[in-house]
Amino acid sequence: MIEIDGITKIYGETPVVDNVTLTVDPGTICVVVGTSGSGKTTLMRMINRLVEPTSGTIRIDGEDTRNVPAYELRRRIGYAIQGHGLFPHRSVGQNIATVPKLLGWDKPRIANRVDELMDLFQLDPAQFRDRLPNELSGGQQQRVGVARALAAEPNILLMDEPYGALDPVIRAKAQEDLLAIQRRFKTTIVLVTHDMEEAIHLGSKIAVMDKGKLLQYDVPQQIIARPATPFVAELIGTSERPFRLLSLGRVADHIEPGEATGTPLDAGVSLRDAYAELLWSGRPALPVTRDGAVVGQVTLAQLSRLAARPQ
Amino acid sequence: MSIAETAPTTTTRPAWLALDKIGVLIALVSAAGAALPFALFRANRIVLGEPKSLLAALPAPETTILVAVLLLGFAAALLRFSARIKLTIGFLVLAVLFIFMGWSASYLTPDGDTFARVSPGAGFWILAFAFALLVADALTRLKFGPWQRIAILFAVAAALALLLWSGSWNDLSILKEYSTRAAAFWNEARTHLALAFGSVAIAIVVGVPLGILCYRVKAVRAVVLNTLNIVQTIPSIALFGLLIAPLAWIAANVAGASAIGISGIGTAPALVALFAYSLLPVVSNTVVGLQSVSPAAIDAAKGMGMTGRQRLFGVELPLAFPVILTGIRIVLVQNIGLATIAALIGGGGFGVFVFQGIGQTAMDLVLLGAVPTVALAFAAAVVLDALVEMTSRGGNAP
Repeated sequence: MIEIDGITKIYGETPVVDNVTLTVDPGTICVVVGTSGSGKTTLMRMINRLVEPTSGTIRIDGEDTRNVPAYELRRRIGYAIQGHGLFPHRSVGQNIATVPKLLGWDKPRIANRVDELMDLFQLDPAQFRDRLPNELSGGQQQRVGVARALAAEPNILLMDEPYGALDPVIRAKAQEDLLAIQRRFKTTIVLVTHDMEEAIHLGSKIAVMDKGKLLQYDVPQQIIARPATPFVAELIGTSERPFRLLSLGRVADHIEPGEATGTPLDAGVSLRDAYAELLWSGRPALPVTRDGAVVGQVTLAQLSRLAARPQ
Repeated sequence: MSIAETAPTTTTRPAWLALDKIGVLIALVSAAGAALPFALFRANRIVLGEPKSLLAALPAPETTILVAVLLLGFAAALLRFSARIKLTIGFLVLAVLFIFMGWSASYLTPDGDTFARVSPGAGFWILAFAFALLVADALTRLKFGPWQRIAILFAVAAALALLLWSGSWNDLSILKEYSTRAAAFWNEARTHLALAFGSVAIAIVVGVPLGILCYRVKAVRAVVLNTLNIVQTIPSIALFGLLIAPLAWIAANVAGASAIGISGIGTAPALVALFAYSLLPVVSNTVVGLQSVSPAAIDAAKGMGMTGRQRLFGVELPLAFPVILTGIRIVLVQNIGLATIAALIGGGGFGVFVFQGIGQTAMDLVLLGAVPTVALAFAAAVVLDALVEMTSRGGNAP
């Protein structure tokens, strides 16, 4: 658990982060969204003390972060940044081994952990372990960056625009990988982004920041349905609201009895994708399958109701 | 006639039967070299020389071979042969030129005449330059790796050593000057190397930490770099002179200073001056190298919990190393040349022969000092360029 309590950072005269209080529950993903200059990155960097707060406290699992030396604190917190920040002179394996090495793990344990992580991120250890980062594609480099951040099995992972430099296809894949890993290891993640779509997709809770202030901190449904300020509404995009709301749900939760015709949809698909498929096929309903067997149908009328503003 | 019918006639011409652009230049230079005197004959070491053309410098059979080899080299330069063929022929022509130069000296020197001097003429130097250019061009095109380049350098050095050791050049004027000064030559060579490498070594020991300090503390950076910039603008001869007074004072007033060799003139001020010149490139390249390290890598290093020292030695210095090494290459090559001036203030080195030679209007003696200096500087440049390339791992080249 990360408890941020009345945190402020002032550079010169201007507060970059202004009296922000929020709590990130263990095993959840908190996405901090804002435009550039909103203070979102500064807020994140104060968690591992890359930036020292002017006032306020941050507690991790109840312990004030100022009670341990900064470098020790950082070794316990995973850190992945935009443009990956890999060390260009060190091989992929050496890069991933950075924090375990700082912590003084023995060699076999480090080697095992490196191979385990490379498997997890679909990088064949035999093929990639001794390569240099510049021999990898952008997507592979980004995966190595996240693998390196997770190397010492941290409870907390900080990510600063981790997918900013990736093309949309690779970005979507990387987001799915992150969600899978988060579910598996129950890591608490704080992720900074300027992309509301990414925030809604990944966040258990979303913190919207503007000019150093925390405008709203809530689950995605509430952020979309009840934006606290006009700025939050603008970030979501008024024309996007119904689709963003739909993107939070799965077909599995809204299956109706009945037999429709047409190309079946999988129950795991998001409501937004189902809605798009219904519109594109020109049918009022489509069959839904789970593990290949038809289990019911999903209707345009039902989705239209779900896309409407919650009362 | 259609295009299809004309096509075969163009393809039957071999690829090499076309003019090579740089080759034309090399061929023109070599043609000029062949027309100029190949050797200079003088009755003694200071009278004016008597030029001997290519045809008069050697007995007829050797002349024929030399002319044939030169024509081969001419063709190799002019036409578009592969780089490997050009390289092989280039080395062959250079080898023949160097060996025949020695023979020419033996041929032109009258038996038993110890005063006569034969030295390479303008023609020889220009021919050597032209075919060295051919070799250099071919080497560039072949894109050899760093180890291969060092190996080629050592092979060439070994071939030259063998040539000198075999005695076939003993009748040439430079080696006659050498034979009367063999002991002094090696003595000055040691001094020269000590001055050049010693000053660079001290500059590295002082300059790299100073560079790190400048990188870390912005306030220091401007002061240090500006001061060093001013030092760099002082003409070298003036700097050697300026150091005489303070060093003489230190020698006279600081206990033990003269015992370790510090004095107003001699090796100490030469070393200090060379060191002063080396400092700016070493410091500024250290700063630039450290500044060019990717900010993302430094941020990641901090964020993962590296301490300042771990970051410096684990990330920043390794990534800056190729740039720092480039600075070291610059000062080493510079100091090997500059160390010749040390002779002016009694510092020794190859400059001793250069200045003696100028004083005696004996160009052969000047060459005895200048040729090893140029060769050393060239070798240092090749070796350090190769090292820079080898250390530029991961695409962080300067």
